[in-house]
Amino acid sequence: MSKLGTVARYAVLLLITAVFVTPLVWMLLTSVKTYDDAQQDPPTWLPNPFSTYGYDQILNSTANPVLRWFLNSMLAASLHTLLVLATASMAAYALARMRFRGRGLLFALIVGTLFLPPTSLIIPNFIIAERINWIDTLTIVVVPGAASAFGVFFLRQFFLSIPAELEEAAVLDGANQWQIFRRVLLPLSKPALATLAVLSFLTNWNDFLWPVYVLFSPERLTLPAGLGLLQGAYVTDYPVIMAGAMLASVPVLVLFVFAQRHVIQGVSRSGLKG
Amino acid sequence: MADVIEVGAARDDAPPPPGRTRRRSVTERGNRATPYLFLAPYLVLFGAFGLAPILFGVWISLHQWDLQLPNRPFIGLGNYRDLFSSDSAIYGDWWSSVRATGTFTLLSVPLLVVIPLGLALLLNEKFPGRTFFRAAFFAPYVLGVAVIGLLWRFLLDANLGLVNLLLGAVGLPSDTPWVTDVPWAWVSLVGVTVWWTSGFNAVIYLAGLQDIAPELYEAAQVDGAGRWDRFRHVTIPGLRPVMLFVLTTTILASANVFGQALLITQGAPGEQTRTVVWRIVDEGLRDYDAGRAAAMSVFFALMLAVVSVVNFRLFRYRED
Repeated sequence: MSKLGTVARYAVLLLITAVFVTPLVWMLLTSVKTYDDAQQDPPTWLPNPFSTYGYDQILNSTANPVLRWFLNSMLAASLHTLLVLATASMAAYALARMRFRGRGLLFALIVGTLFLPPTSLIIPNFIIAERINWIDTLTIVVVPGAASAFGVFFLRQFFLSIPAELEEAAVLDGANQWQIFRRVLLPLSKPALATLAVLSFLTNWNDFLWPVYVLFSPERLTLPAGLGLLQGAYVTDYPVIMAGAMLASVPVLVLFVFAQRHVIQGVSRSGLKG
Repeated sequence: MADVIEVGAARDDAPPPPGRTRRRSVTERGNRATPYLFLAPYLVLFGAFGLAPILFGVWISLHQWDLQLPNRPFIGLGNYRDLFSSDSAIYGDWWSSVRATGTFTLLSVPLLVVIPLGLALLLNEKFPGRTFFRAAFFAPYVLGVAVIGLLWRFLLDANLGLVNLLLGAVGLPSDTPWVTDVPWAWVSLVGVTVWWTSGFNAVIYLAGLQDIAPELYEAAQVDGAGRWDRFRHVTIPGLRPVMLFVLTTTILASANVFGQALLITQGAPGEQTRTVVWRIVDEGLRDYDAGRAAAMSVFFALMLAVVSVVNFRLFRYRED
C-alpha cells in the first residue's frame, strides 16, 4: 500500500476509535468533577478542580448502598459463572461423546431455545420464581440464567473438535467416564472454558431487565438494577451518576483488556456456526 | 487401586490382556445411566427455567391471571382477542409499543448489518495496531445497557451534553432535543445502539472474512477482477452464511430493545418510544396482569419466529 494510503487508513481508524472511545473518556472525566463544574453550559472537558465528590456521594449514601450493589454483582456473576461451567461442560460432554436414547431430540430442543427471545419467558419465569420463594434473593439472579443453551452448544462444538484418541487411550487404561471427563477432556478444553467463563461473567454482570423486576430491597440489588435508581435519585447530578457508571464499567473493561483474546474468540466462533 | 485389579486380572487364565477387555466392556454396557447423570444438573435448570416457562407461558396466556388475585379463570383466547380488538383497554398501548419496536428494528438492523461489515473490512488486513483498533471498536459492547443508558442520557442532554457541544463547535445547531422529541429520540436510540453493538457484529464478520480461502481472491485477481469485483463476487458470497447469522441475531436483539428506551428516552415523547418488551413487563409485573402479558409474549415470540424462518428461506433460496 502507498504511503498516502497508509496515512489515510490510520486517519480513518483513529477517527472511528474516537467515536467509540470518547464517550467512555467523558464518563471518566465527569465522574471526577464537582456538581457545579458538571453543570456548566456549555460543558468543559477537563475537571476543574479535580474532585472525588461523585465517588464520595455514592460510597457514603445509605439510601443507595452502591458498594453493596457492587459486591452483590460480583458474587452473583462469579457464582453464575461457576454454575454455567459445571453444568454446561457435563451436559456438553454427554451430548458430544455418548450415545443414548433421545440425544438428537434433546439437542434440537436445547438449540431451538437459542432462537427464542429470552424476554418472552420473563412472565412465566417470574411466577415460577415466586412459587419457589426466590424473588428478591441473590439466587434469582444467579440460577435461572444458567438454563441458557449457549454454554452447552458452545462447549459441545469445542469437544467435537478434540480428537477422541486420547480418551480412547484412557478407556484402555481403565478410566471411567467421569475420570475421562475430569482428567482428559477438561484439561484439553481450558481455552474454551475460559472463553465461556468470561462471556458468562460479562452477561450476568451486565444483566439489567431481570434484576430490575425481581429484586426490590435496596441492599439486595445488583449494580445495573441500582444504577436505574441512581438516575432517579440524582437526576442531573452527573458526577454522581457517572461515578456509579464507572463502578459498573471498570471491572468488565479490565476483564476485557486481560481476556480480550477469549472474548473475541468466543464471539467469532458463535458466528461461524450460523 | 488400578494395580490391585491388574494383579487380580492377571490371575485369570484367560488370554491376555483379559482385564482390559473386560473392563472396557463394563464401561460400555454397564452404565446406561451415565449420559443422563452427566446431563442431570443442566437438565434440571433447562427444564425449570428453559422449557417449563415456554409451556407455562402459553398456559398463563389462556387465563385471566392477576398476580394479586387467588382466582385465575380460564378464558381461552380472550387475552389474545384483547390484543386485536380496538375496544379493549390495552389495544392502543399494545399497538403503540409494536409500532415503537418495529420502528426501532427497521431503522437499526440495516445499519447494524452494513456498518460492522465496513469496520470488519477495515480490520481485515494485517497492519500494526490492528488488535488495538479491534479492541477499541469492541469496547462499548462489554458495558451493560444500564451503563450505556445512563452515559448517553447525559451525553445527549440538550444543554449539558457533549453531543450538542460538539455539534455547536462545528457550526451545527447545538440545541437539538435528542431525548425528548421525535424524530430525534429515534435517531438517539438507533445511534446509541449502533455505537454500542457494532463492534460485536464486526468481530463476527471478521471471523467470516478470515474463513474465505485466499485462493479465491488470487484466482479472481488472475482473472483481472478489480477491488470492487472481488468484493462483490468473492467476499459477499463467501460471507453469506455469516451475514444470515448477523441478520437473524441482530433482528432478535433489536426487537428485544428495552434498556435504551427506559433509560435514555424514558419512553418520551409521550409513550412513543415505549417498546414491546417494556410493555410486556409493565403489564405483567407492574400492573400484575400476567395473563395478558403472557399472551403478548407468546404473540411476540411467534412473530419473531416467523421473521427468522422467512430470513432463512430468503437466504437459502438465493443460494440454490
